[in-house]
Order: sequence, then structure tokens, then C-alpha cells
Amino acid sequence: MFLKEYFLDIYKATKSLLTGMKLTGYYFTHHKEILTEEYPENRKNLQLAERFRGEVIMPHDANNEHTCTGCSSCEIACPNGSIKIISKFDITPEGKKKKAIDQHIYHLELCTMCGLCVEACPTDAIKMANTFEHSVFNRNHLIKRLNKPGSKIREGIEE
Amino acid sequence: MFEEVGTTTEGDLIINLGPQHPATHGVLHLVITLNGEIIKKVEPHLGYIHRSIEKMTESLSYRQFIYVTSRMDYLSAHINNHACALCVEKALQLEVPQRAQYIRVIMDELTRIASHELWWGAMAMDLGAFTPFFHAFREREKINEIMEETCGARLTMNYMVPGGVMVDLHPDFQKKVKAFIQQYKAKIHEYDELVTGNIIFQNRMKGIGYLSAEDAISYGCTGPVARGSGVASDIRKIAPYDVYDKVEFDEVLQTEGDSFARYMIRIQEMHQSIKIIGQLIDTIPDGNFQAKTKAVIKLPKGEFYQRVETARGELGVYIVSEGAAQPYRIKYRSPGFSNLSALDHMVRGHKIGDLIAAMGTLDLVIPDIDR
Ligand code: SF4
Ligand code: SF4
Repeated sequence: MFLKEYFLDIYKATKSLLTGMKLTGYYFTHHKEILTEEYPENRKNLQLAERFRGEVIMPHDANNEHTCTGCSSCEIACPNGSIKIISKFDITPEGKKKKAIDQHIYHLELCTMCGLCVEACPTDAIKMANTFEHSVFNRNHLIKRLNKPGSKIREGIEE
Repeated sequence: MFEEVGTTTEGDLIINLGPQHPATHGVLHLVITLNGEIIKKVEPHLGYIHRSIEKMTESLSYRQFIYVTSRMDYLSAHINNHACALCVEKALQLEVPQRAQYIRVIMDELTRIASHELWWGAMAMDLGAFTPFFHAFREREKINEIMEETCGARLTMNYMVPGGVMVDLHPDFQKKVKAFIQQYKAKIHEYDELVTGNIIFQNRMKGIGYLSAEDAISYGCTGPVARGSGVASDIRKIAPYDVYDKVEFDEVLQTEGDSFARYMIRIQEMHQSIKIIGQLIDTIPDGNFQAKTKAVIKLPKGEFYQRVETARGELGVYIVSEGAAQPYRIKYRSPGFSNLSALDHMVRGHKIGDLIAAMGTLDLVIPDIDR
């Protein structure tokens, strides 16, 4: 009785090990099942999700116009102060003063990619881009100005 | 703590495990008193990754504080966010649209599977098997891709906002989730073949790190650790939130209380999560994904508490509000902290190699213990 159980145990143990080995062997010989991607070699055809939050950008159209009114909502919404809005006053054709964006400063090095600024923006002036290769040699290069030089606000955008 | 290394007056050896040690999955520092190879005492030392999240939160608004909690238990970031959002909604007495509730629960369960899968791989790696890690990551990657597509991030999603979710589901979401369920069902038997049935694995897990039901309760253990000892503690059953009361699933219980029981709980919990997702994925109602909230959320004066079931156990969010736009005080009751406190009790008298096996089944995430 004892002997029988003893050998049964050995049989079961060996079997369990072989089952595992078989699976490992299967993947060892079936290269089609390999899923590993070789980055950066595959950089050219790397597909990232469209919504991937990699950095904040401000889209400009062909006329170098954006929709940012300089309202500072994004600055207030940001939990770690990555956005600094420097606003100026434009003179409208009617001769009135109107608040406008001078510089939209974005600190990529502080940003946690939470997306709260995009949520907060009333005019959808900013969005998250799916770029992710941000390394630079000088950290000052990570401080970005989002509104391009010479750009202005598109007609008809109100807060 | 160099002065702690050495021998005690009784001739016991004191050694440090960590803070930098691959088996502790983070900066956990254990001071172990050994008699030969037998463990006499294990003393966890914390504080290496303390970021004072609770204090930080006092200067953040109720929209902003959610994203910080992704950095606590980063493997169930979604569920942490969910807890915070629920607590704010409770205080505001806000009705969350059905669609958002469905999305949240599906996301929670996906997160739970991803977390358990990572745990499974890491657990096997702790015991010296490296291959399972890649098998686990194969399935987890699919979940990460789904998350990336809809939420915009793979680990720190920050997808919840008070009143719903941040953006609507990606059009491909349902298709992808169903494909994942297919893949999961086709591949899950490999987990059992590779690890669960393995005789070496079983011998290293069975009877190791015993925790009785009484001890599990008195140490405040929750989640799979408590359920491995037969303590029914699933918040999804006790106090259902969102649509958990509409879905059918079993609370998995084991009574053995050893490492293998805790292991089996997590494996079966993954099946249950798949079951929950399967029930919800086809019936996501149309409608809004976010309720209307004010631009600046102010909670009424008072104290609010909300608990959820994360992949590790019960997470509680306790907000004290003075009526301002920021919380006056916030406290998180994290599952990992209580689970870790039972470690000393579990491993006394075992060999030092068993410490790693027992600790692996606690599924510790150090930033969650040390906020
Ligand atoms: S993504 Fe978050 S951290 Fe980054 S700038 Fe926007 S609000 Fe600030
Ligand atoms: S980006 Fe949007 S939120 Fe920020 S200042 Fe411009 S308009 Fe306001």
C-alpha cells in the first residue's frame, strides 16, 4: 500500500513537471507566438493609441491660428503647476481692450499627463498628443511655448 | 540600519532583506531575526517611498486629487480613482449616469485581472520560475492596450472624474474586450499547467504561511488574503457600489488559510472578473458618460467615507470637508498595510525561503503601504 502510494506520488510529480515542460517547449519551437516588439528597431511602424497621453499640444490651423483665449482655466486645473499663462491685452477694431494669450508656457518636465487641463479648456484649444520620446540633453528644452510665434486667435472664438 | 545587523545575545542572527531587493517588489525593508534558517521574527520597516500623498491632497481640488491616487496602488490605479470619485459623489449626492457606472465597473474588473496577472507572474518569479512572467504579461498587455485606447494611459489612467468618466469609450472597446475574453479563455489553462499543477510549486505553497480566520480579522486583512482564510470580506458583495448589485458573481472563499489558498483565490477571482465583464459588456446603456458638475466642486461640511474592493482588498477614502474647494483632511485606508502586518505572524517558525513564498501571496504593492 505504502509502496503503491509512493510510486503514484513520483508518477504524479513527474507528470506535472512534464506538462509544464511541454508548454515551455511548445513556445520554444513556435516562433509565431512570439509577441515581443523590438523597440526602437520597429520605430517606423510603431502604432500608438490615438488617445495616448504623451504631451500637451496646441493645434494650429493653416493660417497659424489657434483657439486659445488666454482664460487660464488650464493653469488653474493643473495639479502641479505645469502650465503658465502669460496674457496680454489686444486692442479690438472697436478700440476696446481684449484679453488674449501672449505665451502659453508648458513645462513638460513637470507634467504628469493627467489630462485635466484638456478637460478644463472651454474652447478645446489644447489636446494631448501621442508622442512619447521626450528625452533631451538640456532640461530647458522641455519648457515649451505652445502657441506658435506670430499666431493669433481664430475669429469668432469666445470664452 | 547597520547597527541592527549582527547577532543578538541569544546568538540569533539579524539580517536585512531590502530595501533594495527584487523579491520585495519595491522598497520594503524587512529586518529578520533568524535562528539558523528558522525565522523568529520579521519586522517591516516602512518609509522609503513615502510621498505624503494625504498631505499633498489637502492643497488639491476635488478634481485634482483623483490623479494622485493612481500613484498609490499603481496596479489597481483605476479602482483607487473610482473610490475617490465615489466618495466625492456621495458627498455631493450626485447621480451618476448608468453608462458611466457600467464603464467604471468593466474598467475595474479589467484592472483587477491585469493586477492579478502581474501578481501571478511575479509570484512564480519569486519562487524561481521565470517563464510564467511572460505568459502573464501576454494577457496583461491586451488589457493595457484596451486601457491605452480608451483612457489614454496604460498604468496611471486617471479616467474617473467626479460624476462619471473623463471621455467616452473608444468605438473599438467592446470588440477588443470580447477578443480579450476569448484569448483569456483559450490561454488560461496554461497557467494551471505551468504553475498551479507543478509539484515543486505546490510543495512550496501548501501549509506555508498559515493565517487563521481569527487572525485575519484581528490583523485587519482584507481582499484575497482574508478570503484565503475563509473570511467573507468582498466589498463588492457587502456594500455594492455602482452596478455591482446587478451582476452575478461568486465571492471566492477558501478555508485552508495557507499560501496555496491565497494563490487559488486570485486565480479564481480572475475567472469571476471575466464573468462580470461578460455580463456587462453587451448591455452598456447609451446616454451620458458624465454627470454635470460645477466647475469648482465644493463638498458640504462633514465627513465622508467610501470603501471599494481593489485587487488587494479594501480601500477606504475618508474625507473631512470644511465646505471649501479642498479637503480639510483626507485619509486612505490601504489594504496592503494591514495585509503586511500579518506577515510576521504568518512566517514565524518557517524557513527563510518560505518567507518569500508567503510574502508573494500577500501581493504587496509598496507605494500603497507607504503613501
Ligand atoms: S496633463 Fe495634467 S499635469 Fe500636464 S499640464 Fe495638463 S493638467 Fe498639468
Ligand atoms: S488653453 Fe484653453 S484653458 Fe488654457 S488658457 Fe487657452 S483657452 Fe484657456
